[in-house]
Amino acid sequence: MSGITPSQTVGPYFAYCLTPSRYPLHEIFSTDLTVPGVEGERITLTGRVFDGNGDGISDAMVEIWQADAKGGFDHGSLSNTKSNSGFKGFGRAETTADGTYSFTTVKPGRVPGPDGKLQAPHLAVTVFSRGMLTHLFTRFYFDDEASNAEDPILNLVPQDRRATIIAKSVKGQGKAYYLDIRIQGGDETVFFEA
Amino acid sequence: MPLIYPKESFTEAHPKYDSPTYKSTGLRHPKKPLIILPHTMTELNGPVYGHEVLQETDNDLTRQHAGEPQGERIIVQGRVLDEDGRPVPNTLIEIWQANAAGRYVHVVDDHPAPLDPNFSGAGRVVTDENGRYRFTSIKPGPYPWRNHHNAWRPAHIHLSLFGHSFLSRLVTQMYFEGDPLFPYDPIFNEVPEQARHRLISKFDLDVTEPEWALGYTFDIVLRGRNATPMES
Repeated sequence: MSGITPSQTVGPYFAYCLTPSRYPLHEIFSTDLTVPGVEGERITLTGRVFDGNGDGISDAMVEIWQADAKGGFDHGSLSNTKSNSGFKGFGRAETTADGTYSFTTVKPGRVPGPDGKLQAPHLAVTVFSRGMLTHLFTRFYFDDEASNAEDPILNLVPQDRRATIIAKSVKGQGKAYYLDIRIQGGDETVFFEA
Repeated sequence: MPLIYPKESFTEAHPKYDSPTYKSTGLRHPKKPLIILPHTMTELNGPVYGHEVLQETDNDLTRQHAGEPQGERIIVQGRVLDEDGRPVPNTLIEIWQANAAGRYVHVVDDHPAPLDPNFSGAGRVVTDENGRYRFTSIKPGPYPWRNHHNAWRPAHIHLSLFGHSFLSRLVTQMYFEGDPLFPYDPIFNEVPEQARHRLISKFDLDVTEPEWALGYTFDIVLRGRNATPMES
Protein backbone atom coordinates (compact mmCIF):
# COMPACT_ATOMS: atom_id res chain seq x y z
CA MET A 1 0.00 0.00 0.00
CA SER A 2 1.57 3.28 -1.10
CA GLY A 3 0.80 6.66 0.36
CA ILE A 4 -1.67 8.84 -1.46
CA THR A 5 -0.71 12.12 -3.05
CA PRO A 6 -1.58 15.02 -0.74
CA SER A 7 -4.29 17.49 -1.66
CA GLN A 8 -3.40 21.12 -2.39
CA THR A 9 -5.65 24.12 -2.80
CA VAL A 10 -7.33 24.74 -6.14
CA GLY A 11 -6.11 28.34 -5.69
CA PRO A 12 -7.72 31.47 -7.11
CA TYR A 13 -6.79 30.88 -10.76
CA PHE A 14 -8.45 27.60 -11.73
CA ALA A 15 -11.25 28.97 -13.93
CA TYR A 16 -9.37 29.11 -17.25
CA CYS A 17 -8.89 25.34 -17.01
CA LEU A 18 -11.61 23.87 -14.79
CA THR A 19 -14.55 26.17 -15.62
CA PRO A 20 -13.34 27.85 -18.83
CA SER A 21 -16.58 29.35 -20.19
CA ARG A 22 -14.91 32.79 -20.29
CA TYR A 23 -11.62 31.43 -21.68
CA PRO A 24 -10.46 29.77 -24.92
CA LEU A 25 -10.28 26.17 -23.62
CA HIS A 26 -13.22 24.00 -24.67
CA GLU A 27 -15.55 23.03 -21.83
CA ILE A 28 -15.95 19.44 -20.70
CA PHE A 29 -18.17 20.01 -17.69
CA SER A 30 -21.20 22.17 -17.33
CA THR A 31 -23.67 23.48 -14.80
CA ASP A 32 -26.41 21.83 -16.89
CA LEU A 33 -26.33 18.04 -16.41
CA THR A 34 -29.39 17.33 -18.54
CA VAL A 35 -28.98 15.64 -21.92
CA PRO A 36 -31.55 15.21 -24.70
CA GLY A 37 -34.08 12.56 -23.80
CA VAL A 38 -33.01 12.25 -20.17
CA GLU A 39 -35.70 10.74 -17.98
CA GLY A 40 -36.81 12.34 -14.77
CA GLU A 41 -37.97 15.57 -13.25
CA ARG A 42 -35.93 18.54 -14.41
CA ILE A 43 -34.85 20.75 -11.50
CA THR A 44 -32.67 23.77 -10.84
CA LEU A 45 -30.53 24.07 -7.75
CA THR A 46 -29.07 27.41 -6.66
CA GLY A 47 -27.44 28.91 -3.60
CA ARG A 48 -24.49 30.92 -2.38
CA VAL A 49 -21.22 29.88 -0.76
CA PHE A 50 -20.32 31.98 2.32
CA ASP A 51 -17.13 32.32 4.34
CA GLY A 52 -16.86 32.82 8.11
CA ASN A 53 -17.55 36.56 7.78
CA GLY A 54 -20.77 35.87 5.92
CA ASP A 55 -19.25 37.14 2.68
CA GLY A 56 -19.99 35.31 -0.54
CA ILE A 57 -16.95 33.39 -1.83
CA SER A 58 -16.38 34.57 -5.39
CA ASP A 59 -13.65 32.07 -6.25
CA ALA A 60 -15.16 28.75 -5.17
CA MET A 61 -15.94 25.75 -7.32
CA VAL A 62 -18.86 23.44 -6.51
CA GLU A 63 -19.16 19.95 -7.99
CA ILE A 64 -22.16 17.64 -7.81
CA TRP A 65 -22.36 13.90 -8.43
CA GLN A 66 -25.62 12.01 -8.52
CA ALA A 67 -27.61 9.03 -9.68
CA ASP A 68 -30.08 9.38 -12.53
CA ALA A 69 -33.84 9.47 -11.96
CA LYS A 70 -33.94 5.68 -11.60
CA GLY A 71 -31.13 5.53 -9.04
CA GLY A 72 -28.49 4.31 -11.54
CA PHE A 73 -24.97 5.64 -12.05
CA ASP A 74 -23.21 6.21 -15.34
CA HIS A 75 -20.80 3.25 -15.73
CA GLY A 76 -19.31 3.74 -12.30
CA SER A 77 -16.76 1.15 -11.25
CA LEU A 78 -19.26 -0.47 -8.90
CA SER A 79 -22.49 0.07 -10.69
CA ASN A 80 -24.32 -2.55 -12.65
CA THR A 81 -27.30 -0.29 -13.11
CA LYS A 82 -26.45 1.83 -16.12
CA SER A 83 -27.63 5.36 -16.32
CA ASN A 84 -30.23 6.18 -18.95
CA SER A 85 -29.81 8.30 -22.08
CA GLY A 86 -26.17 9.16 -21.50
CA PHE A 87 -26.83 11.12 -18.32
CA LYS A 88 -23.41 11.53 -16.70
CA GLY A 89 -24.56 12.77 -13.30
CA PHE A 90 -21.58 15.09 -12.81
CA GLY A 91 -21.63 18.88 -12.88
CA ARG A 92 -19.25 21.68 -12.00
CA ALA A 93 -19.91 25.35 -11.27
CA GLU A 94 -17.67 28.32 -10.62
CA THR A 95 -19.27 30.75 -8.17
CA THR A 96 -20.13 34.26 -9.34
CA ALA A 97 -18.90 37.52 -7.78
CA ASP A 98 -21.40 37.18 -4.90
CA GLY A 99 -20.71 33.47 -4.36
CA THR A 100 -23.69 32.09 -6.26
CA TYR A 101 -23.60 28.62 -7.78
CA SER A 102 -26.33 27.16 -9.94
CA PHE A 103 -27.10 23.80 -11.59
CA THR A 104 -29.78 22.38 -13.84
CA THR A 105 -30.24 18.63 -13.52
CA VAL A 106 -32.84 15.93 -12.87
CA LYS A 107 -34.02 14.83 -9.45
CA PRO A 108 -31.95 11.75 -8.57
CA GLY A 109 -33.63 8.45 -7.80
CA ARG A 110 -33.06 6.45 -4.64
CA VAL A 111 -29.75 4.61 -4.21
CA PRO A 112 -29.04 1.73 -1.79
CA GLY A 113 -27.46 2.70 1.51
CA PRO A 114 -24.92 0.89 3.72
CA ASP A 115 -27.48 -1.65 4.96
CA GLY A 116 -29.09 -2.19 1.57
CA LYS A 117 -32.05 0.02 2.45
CA LEU A 118 -32.77 2.82 0.02
CA GLN A 119 -31.43 6.27 0.74
CA ALA A 120 -33.47 9.40 0.14
CA PRO A 121 -32.71 11.24 -3.12
CA HIS A 122 -29.48 13.19 -2.68
CA LEU A 123 -26.47 14.68 -4.42
CA ALA A 124 -22.85 14.28 -3.36
CA VAL A 125 -21.30 17.75 -3.28
CA THR A 126 -17.69 18.91 -3.14
CA VAL A 127 -16.51 22.47 -2.51
CA PHE A 128 -13.09 23.74 -3.58
CA SER A 129 -11.57 27.19 -3.13
CA ARG A 130 -8.55 29.26 -2.30
CA GLY A 131 -8.10 28.86 1.45
CA MET A 132 -9.07 25.18 1.36
CA LEU A 133 -6.08 22.86 1.14
CA THR A 134 -8.40 19.87 0.89
CA HIS A 135 -11.87 20.05 -0.65
CA LEU A 136 -14.97 19.85 1.50
CA PHE A 137 -17.47 17.06 1.11
CA THR A 138 -21.20 17.35 1.77
CA ARG A 139 -24.59 16.18 0.49
CA PHE A 140 -27.77 17.90 -0.63
CA TYR A 141 -31.20 16.45 0.09
CA PHE A 142 -34.60 17.83 -0.99
CA ASP A 143 -37.27 19.23 1.36
CA ASP A 144 -40.21 17.60 -0.43
CA GLU A 145 -39.03 14.00 0.01
CA ALA A 146 -40.80 12.00 2.72
CA SER A 147 -37.98 9.43 2.56
CA ASN A 148 -35.62 11.94 4.26
CA ALA A 149 -37.03 10.73 7.58
CA GLU A 150 -35.63 7.23 7.04
CA ASP A 151 -32.39 8.17 5.29
CA PRO A 152 -29.49 6.40 7.02
CA ILE A 153 -26.99 9.20 6.38
CA LEU A 154 -29.28 12.08 7.30
CA ASN A 155 -30.02 10.24 10.52
CA LEU A 156 -26.32 10.41 11.44
CA VAL A 157 -26.58 14.20 11.45
CA PRO A 158 -27.77 15.92 14.65
CA GLN A 159 -31.41 16.92 14.18
CA ASP A 160 -30.74 20.63 14.61
CA ARG A 161 -28.17 20.65 11.79
CA ARG A 162 -30.05 18.64 9.16
CA ALA A 163 -31.68 21.69 7.58
CA THR A 164 -28.22 22.88 6.47
CA ILE A 165 -28.10 20.10 3.86
CA ILE A 166 -31.77 19.99 2.80
CA ALA A 167 -32.50 22.17 -0.23
CA LYS A 168 -35.72 24.18 -0.01
CA SER A 169 -38.33 24.21 -2.73
CA VAL A 170 -38.71 27.62 -4.36
CA LYS A 171 -42.05 28.69 -5.80
CA GLY A 172 -41.93 29.85 -9.36
CA GLN A 173 -41.50 28.52 -12.83
CA GLY A 174 -40.54 24.88 -12.95
CA LYS A 175 -39.12 22.87 -10.08
CA ALA A 176 -36.45 24.86 -8.24
CA TYR A 177 -34.48 24.37 -5.03
CA TYR A 178 -32.28 26.68 -3.02
CA LEU A 179 -29.49 25.88 -0.56
CA ASP A 180 -26.60 27.99 0.74
CA ILE A 181 -23.24 26.50 1.70
CA ARG A 182 -21.90 28.13 4.86
CA ILE A 183 -18.30 27.19 5.60
CA GLN A 184 -18.50 28.55 9.17
CA GLY A 185 -21.03 30.08 11.55
CA GLY A 186 -24.11 29.22 13.56
CA ASP A 187 -25.78 27.59 10.60
CA GLU A 188 -22.55 26.06 9.29
CA THR A 189 -23.22 23.44 6.61
CA VAL A 190 -22.76 19.84 7.69
CA PHE A 191 -19.58 18.54 6.11
CA PHE A 192 -18.63 14.89 6.03
CA GLU A 193 -15.45 12.93 6.45
CA ALA A 194 -15.61 10.00 4.11
CA MET B 1 -16.04 -5.34 -0.03
CA PRO B 2 -13.32 -3.03 1.35
CA LEU B 3 -12.83 -0.81 -1.67
CA ILE B 4 -11.60 2.26 0.14
CA TYR B 5 -8.93 2.14 2.81
CA PRO B 6 -9.78 3.58 6.21
CA LYS B 7 -9.56 7.31 6.70
CA GLU B 8 -6.04 7.07 8.10
CA SER B 9 -4.87 6.71 4.52
CA PHE B 10 -5.85 10.29 3.82
CA THR B 11 -5.48 11.97 7.19
CA GLU B 12 -1.77 11.09 7.10
CA ALA B 13 -1.43 12.69 3.66
CA HIS B 14 -3.73 15.69 3.38
CA PRO B 15 -3.26 19.07 5.02
CA LYS B 16 -5.78 20.12 7.66
CA TYR B 17 -8.66 22.44 6.82
CA ASP B 18 -7.51 24.83 9.56
CA SER B 19 -3.92 25.56 8.54
CA PRO B 20 -2.92 28.78 10.33
CA THR B 21 0.22 29.59 8.32
CA TYR B 22 -1.96 29.76 5.19
CA LYS B 23 -4.06 32.74 6.21
CA SER B 24 -6.98 32.27 3.82
CA THR B 25 -7.93 29.05 5.60
CA GLY B 26 -9.03 31.17 8.58
CA LEU B 27 -12.52 32.00 7.30
CA ARG B 28 -12.75 28.98 5.00
CA HIS B 29 -12.52 25.94 7.26
CA PRO B 30 -15.41 24.22 9.03
CA LYS B 31 -15.40 24.72 12.81
CA LYS B 32 -17.99 22.12 13.66
CA PRO B 33 -17.03 18.44 13.76
CA LEU B 34 -17.22 16.57 10.47
CA ILE B 35 -19.72 13.70 10.36
CA ILE B 36 -18.23 10.33 9.45
CA LEU B 37 -19.93 9.21 6.24
CA PRO B 38 -20.38 5.48 5.55
CA HIS B 39 -19.51 4.68 1.95
CA THR B 40 -22.55 4.02 -0.23
CA MET B 41 -22.99 3.56 -3.97
CA THR B 42 -22.96 7.35 -4.27
CA GLU B 43 -19.43 7.67 -2.91
CA LEU B 44 -18.02 4.45 -4.37
CA ASN B 45 -19.02 5.32 -7.91
CA GLY B 46 -17.69 8.37 -9.67
CA PRO B 47 -17.75 10.24 -12.95
CA VAL B 48 -15.76 8.69 -15.80
CA TYR B 49 -14.22 10.94 -18.45
CA GLY B 50 -11.69 9.60 -20.94
CA HIS B 51 -10.13 10.25 -24.33
CA GLU B 52 -13.45 11.32 -25.86
CA VAL B 53 -13.26 14.69 -24.11
CA LEU B 54 -9.79 15.65 -25.37
CA GLN B 55 -8.84 17.91 -28.25
CA GLU B 56 -5.62 17.66 -30.23
CA THR B 57 -3.37 20.14 -28.44
CA ASP B 58 -4.72 19.57 -24.94
CA ASN B 59 -1.65 17.56 -23.92
CA ASP B 60 0.87 20.02 -25.38
CA LEU B 61 0.59 23.46 -23.80
CA THR B 62 3.35 24.75 -26.10
CA ARG B 63 1.30 24.20 -29.26
CA GLN B 64 -1.97 25.96 -28.47
CA HIS B 65 -1.08 29.25 -30.19
CA ALA B 66 0.51 30.47 -33.39
CA GLY B 67 4.01 30.77 -31.95
CA GLU B 68 6.27 29.14 -29.38
CA PRO B 69 5.87 30.27 -25.77
CA GLN B 70 8.79 31.81 -23.86
CA GLY B 71 10.54 29.70 -21.27
CA GLU B 72 12.08 26.34 -20.54
CA ARG B 73 10.26 23.55 -22.41
CA ILE B 74 9.47 20.54 -20.22
CA ILE B 75 7.94 17.09 -20.54
CA VAL B 76 6.07 15.80 -17.50
CA GLN B 77 5.21 12.12 -17.34
CA GLY B 78 4.32 9.53 -14.77
CA ARG B 79 1.72 7.05 -13.65
CA VAL B 80 -1.56 7.37 -11.81
CA LEU B 81 -1.86 4.56 -9.28
CA ASP B 82 -4.27 3.42 -6.60
CA GLU B 83 -3.24 2.72 -3.01
CA ASP B 84 -2.31 -0.86 -3.92
CA GLY B 85 0.07 0.44 -6.57
CA ARG B 86 -2.16 -0.69 -9.40
CA PRO B 87 -2.52 1.61 -12.42
CA VAL B 88 -5.60 3.79 -12.82
CA PRO B 89 -6.28 3.65 -16.57
CA ASN B 90 -8.31 6.03 -18.73
CA THR B 91 -8.65 8.76 -16.11
CA LEU B 92 -8.75 12.47 -16.91
CA ILE B 93 -6.06 14.83 -15.58
CA GLU B 94 -6.72 18.58 -15.86
CA ILE B 95 -3.64 20.81 -15.86
CA TRP B 96 -3.16 24.53 -15.21
CA GLN B 97 -0.19 26.72 -14.40
CA ALA B 98 1.51 30.11 -14.59
CA ASN B 99 3.73 31.00 -17.54
CA ALA B 100 7.53 31.16 -17.40
CA ALA B 101 7.37 34.65 -15.87
CA GLY B 102 5.07 33.53 -13.06
CA ARG B 103 1.89 35.07 -14.49
CA TYR B 104 -1.49 33.35 -14.85
CA VAL B 105 -3.88 34.24 -17.65
CA HIS B 106 -6.71 34.37 -15.09
CA VAL B 107 -8.40 37.80 -15.12
CA VAL B 108 -7.78 38.45 -11.42
CA ASP B 109 -4.00 37.84 -11.50
CA ASP B 110 -2.43 41.31 -11.20
CA HIS B 111 1.21 40.26 -10.73
CA PRO B 112 3.22 42.75 -12.85
CA ALA B 113 4.93 40.09 -14.95
CA PRO B 114 4.28 39.73 -18.68
CA LEU B 115 1.56 37.58 -20.15
CA ASP B 116 2.77 35.39 -23.01
CA PRO B 117 0.54 35.59 -26.09
CA ASN B 118 1.68 32.08 -26.98
CA PHE B 119 0.87 30.44 -23.66
CA SER B 120 -2.46 29.95 -21.90
CA GLY B 121 -1.27 27.42 -19.35
CA ALA B 122 -4.28 25.08 -19.44
CA GLY B 123 -4.32 21.51 -20.68
CA ARG B 124 -5.64 18.00 -20.20
CA VAL B 125 -4.42 14.47 -20.61
CA VAL B 126 -5.94 11.01 -20.07
CA THR B 127 -3.99 8.05 -18.67
CA ASP B 128 -3.44 5.05 -20.94
CA GLU B 129 -4.27 1.42 -20.11
CA ASN B 130 -1.19 1.25 -17.84
CA GLY B 131 -2.10 4.44 -15.97
CA ARG B 132 0.61 6.42 -17.79
CA TYR B 133 0.28 10.07 -18.76
CA ARG B 134 2.58 12.56 -20.47
CA PHE B 135 2.27 16.21 -21.39
CA THR B 136 4.50 18.96 -22.72
CA SER B 137 4.62 22.44 -21.26
CA ILE B 138 6.85 25.30 -20.10
CA LYS B 139 8.39 25.35 -16.64
CA PRO B 140 6.22 27.76 -14.63
CA GLY B 141 7.87 30.65 -12.79
CA PRO B 142 7.51 31.34 -9.08
CA TYR B 143 5.17 34.20 -8.23
CA PRO B 144 4.46 36.50 -5.30
CA TRP B 145 1.30 36.36 -3.19
CA ARG B 146 0.09 38.29 -0.17
CA ASN B 147 -0.05 35.65 2.54
CA HIS B 148 2.83 37.24 4.45
CA HIS B 149 5.72 39.65 3.84
CA ASN B 150 7.79 38.68 0.78
CA ALA B 151 5.73 35.56 0.14
CA TRP B 152 6.53 33.62 -3.06
CA ARG B 153 5.03 30.38 -4.26
CA PRO B 154 7.50 27.73 -5.44
CA ALA B 155 7.08 26.86 -9.12
CA HIS B 156 4.19 24.43 -9.46
CA ILE B 157 1.67 22.91 -11.84
CA HIS B 158 -1.93 22.41 -10.68
CA LEU B 159 -3.46 19.00 -11.37
CA SER B 160 -7.05 17.79 -10.97
CA LEU B 161 -7.96 14.07 -11.09
CA PHE B 162 -11.02 11.84 -10.70
CA GLY B 163 -9.91 8.22 -10.29
CA HIS B 164 -12.22 5.30 -9.56
CA SER B 165 -14.76 6.89 -7.27
CA PHE B 166 -16.02 10.20 -5.97
CA LEU B 167 -13.82 9.58 -2.92
CA SER B 168 -10.66 9.45 -5.02
CA ARG B 169 -11.24 12.99 -6.37
CA LEU B 170 -8.00 14.94 -5.99
CA VAL B 171 -6.82 18.47 -6.70
CA THR B 172 -3.12 18.90 -6.05
CA GLN B 173 0.03 20.76 -7.09
CA MET B 174 3.20 19.30 -8.56
CA TYR B 175 6.48 20.96 -7.57
CA PHE B 176 10.03 20.72 -8.94
CA GLU B 177 12.96 19.05 -7.22
CA GLY B 178 15.36 21.43 -5.50
CA ASP B 179 13.16 24.53 -5.39
CA PRO B 180 14.73 27.01 -2.92
CA LEU B 181 11.28 28.33 -1.94
CA PHE B 182 10.08 25.10 -0.27
CA PRO B 183 11.03 26.12 3.29
CA TYR B 184 9.02 29.35 3.01
CA ASP B 185 5.78 28.09 1.44
CA PRO B 186 2.84 27.48 3.82
CA ILE B 187 0.76 25.67 1.20
CA PHE B 188 3.52 23.06 0.76
CA ASN B 189 4.50 22.91 4.43
CA GLU B 190 0.96 22.44 5.79
CA VAL B 191 1.16 18.97 4.23
CA PRO B 192 2.23 16.44 6.89
CA GLU B 193 6.01 16.16 6.72
CA GLN B 194 6.10 12.47 5.81
CA ALA B 195 3.94 13.11 2.74
CA ARG B 196 5.50 16.31 1.33
CA HIS B 197 8.00 14.51 -0.88
CA ARG B 198 5.08 12.98 -2.80
CA LEU B 199 4.36 16.43 -4.28
CA ILE B 200 7.82 16.87 -5.81
CA SER B 201 8.56 15.78 -9.37
CA LYS B 202 12.01 14.39 -10.14
CA PHE B 203 14.25 15.49 -12.97
CA ASP B 204 14.58 12.45 -15.25
CA LEU B 205 17.27 12.20 -17.93
CA ASP B 206 15.47 9.23 -19.49
CA VAL B 207 12.41 11.41 -20.09
CA THR B 208 14.50 14.35 -21.27
CA GLU B 209 14.58 14.69 -25.07
CA PRO B 210 17.94 15.66 -26.59
CA GLU B 211 18.01 19.21 -27.90
CA TRP B 212 14.32 19.64 -27.12
CA ALA B 213 13.02 19.50 -23.54
CA LEU B 214 13.88 18.58 -19.94
CA GLY B 215 11.94 15.64 -18.53
CA TYR B 216 10.29 15.31 -15.13
CA THR B 217 8.61 12.25 -13.61
CA PHE B 218 5.68 12.57 -11.23
CA ASP B 219 3.61 9.60 -10.06
CA ILE B 220 0.23 10.28 -8.48
CA VAL B 221 -1.45 7.93 -5.99
CA LEU B 222 -5.22 8.23 -5.61
CA ARG B 223 -7.26 7.10 -2.68
CA GLY B 224 -8.87 3.69 -2.84
CA ARG B 225 -8.28 0.59 -4.84
CA ASN B 226 -9.35 -0.71 -8.16
CA ALA B 227 -12.66 -2.49 -7.82
CA THR B 228 -13.27 -5.64 -9.81
CA PRO B 229 -16.23 -4.71 -11.97
CA MET B 230 -19.36 -6.63 -11.07
CA GLU B 231 -20.90 -8.69 -13.84
CA SER B 232 -24.53 -7.93 -14.44
